[in-house]
Amino acid sequence: MITIQGLNKTFHVAKRNAGVGQAFKSLFRREYTAVEALQDISFSIRPGEIVGYIGPNGAGKSTTIKVMSGILVPDSGTCSIMGYTPWKDRTQYVKNIGVVFGQRSQLWWDVPVLDSFELLRDIYKVPEREYRDNLELLTETLELKEIIQMPVRQLSLGQRMRCEIAASLLHSPSLLFLDEPTIGLDAVSKIAVRRFIRTINEEKGVTVILTTHDMNDIEALAQRIILIGKGRLLFDGGIDRIRSRFGTHKTLTVVYRHHAQPLKVPGAELLSWSPERAVWRIDTASLNISEVLLQLSGRVELLDVEIESQPIEEMIVQLYKEHQI
Amino acid sequence: MRAYLSVFKLRLNLGMQYRTAAVAGCATQFFWGFLIIMVFEAFYSHASGTPPISLKQLISYVWLQQAFLAFIMLWFRDNELFQLITSGNIAYELCRPSGLYGLWFAKLLAQRLSSAILRSLPILAVALFLPEPYRMPLPHDWLAFLLFGAALLIGLLMIVSLSMLMYISVFVTLSPSGSLLMFGVLGEFLAGMIIPVPLMPDWLQQIVYVLPFRWTADFPFRVYSGHIPLQEAVAGIGIQLLWLMGLLWLGKSAMTKVLRKVVVQGG
Repeated sequence: MITIQGLNKTFHVAKRNAGVGQAFKSLFRREYTAVEALQDISFSIRPGEIVGYIGPNGAGKSTTIKVMSGILVPDSGTCSIMGYTPWKDRTQYVKNIGVVFGQRSQLWWDVPVLDSFELLRDIYKVPEREYRDNLELLTETLELKEIIQMPVRQLSLGQRMRCEIAASLLHSPSLLFLDEPTIGLDAVSKIAVRRFIRTINEEKGVTVILTTHDMNDIEALAQRIILIGKGRLLFDGGIDRIRSRFGTHKTLTVVYRHHAQPLKVPGAELLSWSPERAVWRIDTASLNISEVLLQLSGRVELLDVEIESQPIEEMIVQLYKEHQI
Repeated sequence: MRAYLSVFKLRLNLGMQYRTAAVAGCATQFFWGFLIIMVFEAFYSHASGTPPISLKQLISYVWLQQAFLAFIMLWFRDNELFQLITSGNIAYELCRPSGLYGLWFAKLLAQRLSSAILRSLPILAVALFLPEPYRMPLPHDWLAFLLFGAALLIGLLMIVSLSMLMYISVFVTLSPSGSLLMFGVLGEFLAGMIIPVPLMPDWLQQIVYVLPFRWTADFPFRVYSGHIPLQEAVAGIGIQLLWLMGLLWLGKSAMTKVLRKVVVQGG
């Protein structure tokens, strides 16, 4: 569905130091820094996938989304989405995609949400029947019934975001770009948004590309992640691949009856300790958990044991570290 | 086309909500109208030669100016569009399958129209029944009135395409204040909004006649009062249409060019 080959984009950013003198100087001579937002990015995505596109701030996530949605023209490289080159066949192409920019708004501020929806219906030339069906589905799954007749300015952020997502799907696109759709949302709204994304992916086969900083989004939705940092592609593959790479570490938390000395377990890293509770990090490749437990139960009276695999968040941090970004 | 119509309707409805603003606007326009007419009356009563435009014609010029202010003011602006460009929300507009030029054109047109509908009718209705010498005269003849209507509408399209250039320039400068000031002050003067064009010195009239601005305000008003005879009015409407096509072409190609280079700022 999407094939991207060797994408490059460099921004020239004017810079100067603070101060009046510097400002005056920059009137005559400007200094520019070249920011390489994208360097040789290549990947391809099949129909029906949900791909998490992640990376630290300033990594180039939004830039890639902008290129893929036809807003930005890259310096070099090719990008073919459903047979179109986004920035060349913009008008034809954009009919097939939906975009949500989490930090921007596409709804008219002073009119009821429904008016904005109807405007979009006309802009995308959605047939009345299809519009009705879509609207019904969206109102139901995103719980919009109560808010759809209110002016946008009176909606809360979570309500507005749900409307924004609905607005991007009225024309039944087969590809959906979500640029930080859960930014600033509370837990309940986040879960609603996630559930909805999964629903449209499963029921309508919409391909979803999702950028986010919330790893729970990724864990709940994406089968595959693409990691970029400083404009370069660092990792592309399934979450299970990351798991198998880093996921041999488990966190073991043990609560026991008062024991004055720190408990030493050979081969395990003690993360925290108190006379009642201890936490270890154990690499299951070299150390068997049941052996550790056996050892411990001989020394203290165990009250509670908890074994956790490493959260994906930490794996990502480790990946960042590995690539020094 | 349906999309443009839809934007147009939505913006028109939105504009019609601002009734208090319309009442306040009417009051201001009446105040200005009286003030200007008083000034001209004083001038005219001490004029030595025959003035280039009669007081009666001038009075209809002034009232039309006040009534259709929203049609002819260049500085009449849509801050939403400016914000769209400078804040980067334009990203969404760029993901639409319709042309940006048409959508914005429809939006600006509706905005001016809604504002004018709320103001022009009450102002004209009252001005027609004011005591002399302030009363607004009826149209010169009915044909002139029809031509005036056509000229005013084409003028409206012209002013929207002129202001589109201003919005497009914001893509490059990222700040609307410069373009607004330039367009606003110069355009307003050259359209005859401050001094009616017939009262300008000859050399200035020469300049004004070359530029597009006078066709949006000065021309339709003088057709109404009969200061411009019928035949000349018909020819004038032809020139208006030529200007309109030129401006539309210029705006559209400038927009395409600017969008190719646009960088949507921020994450």
